[in-house]
Amino acid sequence: MIREYITWATYLAASVLFILGLRSLTKPDKAQRGMQQAALGMLLAIIGTLLVREIVDYRWILGGLALGTLIGYPLGMFVPMTAMPQRIAVSHMFGALAATLVGVAEYHIQGGRPPAAMMGALGFEVLFGALTITGSFMAFGKLQGFVTGTPVTYRGQNAINLVLFAATFGIFVFLIFQPYHPYLFLAMVALSLLLGVLMVLPIGGADMPVVVSLLNSYAGLASAATGFAIGNSVLIICGALDGASGFLLSVLMSKAMNRSFANVLFGAFGTPPAAGSGKDVSGLTVRTINAEDAAVQIAYARLVIVVPGYGMAVAQCQHVVRELAALVEKRGGEVKYAIHPVAGRMPGHMNVLLAEANVPYDRLYDLDEINDEFERADVALVIGANDVVNPAARNDPSSPIFGMPILNVDKAHQVIVLKRSMAAGYSGVENELFYEPNTSMLFGDAKESIQNLVTQIKTL
Amino acid sequence: MTQMPQTLLFLFVFVLAAFVGFEVITKVPPLLHTPLMSATNAISGISLVGSLVLAGANRGTLATILGFIAVTAATINVVGGFLITDRMLKMFHRGRPGGAADGKKPDAKGQAKPGAGGAA
Repeated sequence: MIREYITWATYLAASVLFILGLRSLTKPDKAQRGMQQAALGMLLAIIGTLLVREIVDYRWILGGLALGTLIGYPLGMFVPMTAMPQRIAVSHMFGALAATLVGVAEYHIQGGRPPAAMMGALGFEVLFGALTITGSFMAFGKLQGFVTGTPVTYRGQNAINLVLFAATFGIFVFLIFQPYHPYLFLAMVALSLLLGVLMVLPIGGADMPVVVSLLNSYAGLASAATGFAIGNSVLIICGALDGASGFLLSVLMSKAMNRSFANVLFGAFGTPPAAGSGKDVSGLTVRTINAEDAAVQIAYARLVIVVPGYGMAVAQCQHVVRELAALVEKRGGEVKYAIHPVAGRMPGHMNVLLAEANVPYDRLYDLDEINDEFERADVALVIGANDVVNPAARNDPSSPIFGMPILNVDKAHQVIVLKRSMAAGYSGVENELFYEPNTSMLFGDAKESIQNLVTQIKTL
Repeated sequence: MTQMPQTLLFLFVFVLAAFVGFEVITKVPPLLHTPLMSATNAISGISLVGSLVLAGANRGTLATILGFIAVTAATINVVGGFLITDRMLKMFHRGRPGGAADGKKPDAKGQAKPGAGGAA
């Protein structure tokens, strides 16, 4: 009995430390310490669990812990920050895998005849779990590049997904009343796995922030359901925290893309907007600029606002960007970074990359904090961002991205856009910004371009 | 009044924990959204407590094997998740007031596989 109390005490301590750890993330200075305490909580909970009387054989446990550490250590220490989106996606997969397997095993242990309440929990667990396993794997594939990043769509896609989902859910409800149908149970798992693939297939690269957050939420719900099934409240608490976090992030991300939340919940957000709509730009010309002239503008600016996008991650130029900023600051100018919530491929993607390049976090500004400052900026330097700076979102009701909150880059005195070519952004919408009289385009690889700027400014 | 059924009690726990989660996480600045995701991932590795029992309770070969895989997967998240969160949080630092960003050497390991697709 006393052993059980010790176990429960460790679970309580772990729950408290986890919540404090998450709370520490509200303050960048305290975050590292707080998360280390959360890790201590995890260690306590693991030790507490090893004391559980039901455990009679430690061989497989030690094997699993050793193998997991062996794989987890490099995933934690050596994965570069640029690969963070796929790294996060793959960890959702592992979390969901653990939850699903526990669910399947529990059904098996109960001889396929779990009581109704437990079957309900198990059903949710394997449904959300299996869907997250394949969904996250697909997201991982798209981010890593071995699955096509462009949306895969076909006729009746939503209808097919809806029918499959209804069928899966139907089996689930049926099993609650008639649990002893092992093949139906397996069919439910298989259908959920299929649904995960189909759900992510139509989603393009730029929508990944929403998907990754949503999968985060699903993985959390799956582990909360595990807690219901095996009667463990620490699992329920952590699952709820995880689910709430993912849910909130996906709401924030969808708001930042001006997509309705219903759109997100039902996963119907892959439908590509009608390409080519928006203003006709055929009569307009763009102004190009060379590195020398751009360097002069930047070097003599009092305020430069850098606007990074996914292009910065692709070109991996965050380090040279910081070098450029250091030069401007040395000359007496000020450099700020404007971060759009959906810039990049996951929430906070740009912040992590810039922090890696040693940019102090008090120079990174959110949309709301920085938008009024563009009027004051001498130069806005747009690095591989497109839709998030398109003024059409503000002033062209016919544009597919109309209503999306954007960075008001066009209000700056001079706008320099670093871009590979004139291709339209992810949404397929022409960007009016490029044709504005105060905009100049600096074509080429972002990293090389910035390197050139650095060299030029040094000679001034 | 009779005692509350266990499942209902768990539902209370779930709802209250979700509220705590919402309250806390709404206050996390966008700056730390990526560490937040990796932190919740690490914490969700708590499913270990279920898988450990499954792998060690000797309830048949299938349960043990599934438990073993589940322990492995959850451990990957715990170890990898906490390590990578720590690594990320270490990078966030405040600038010195006024002057340029301090001259600490940037982490040179940031060069690896570029992400999918072309520049957006």
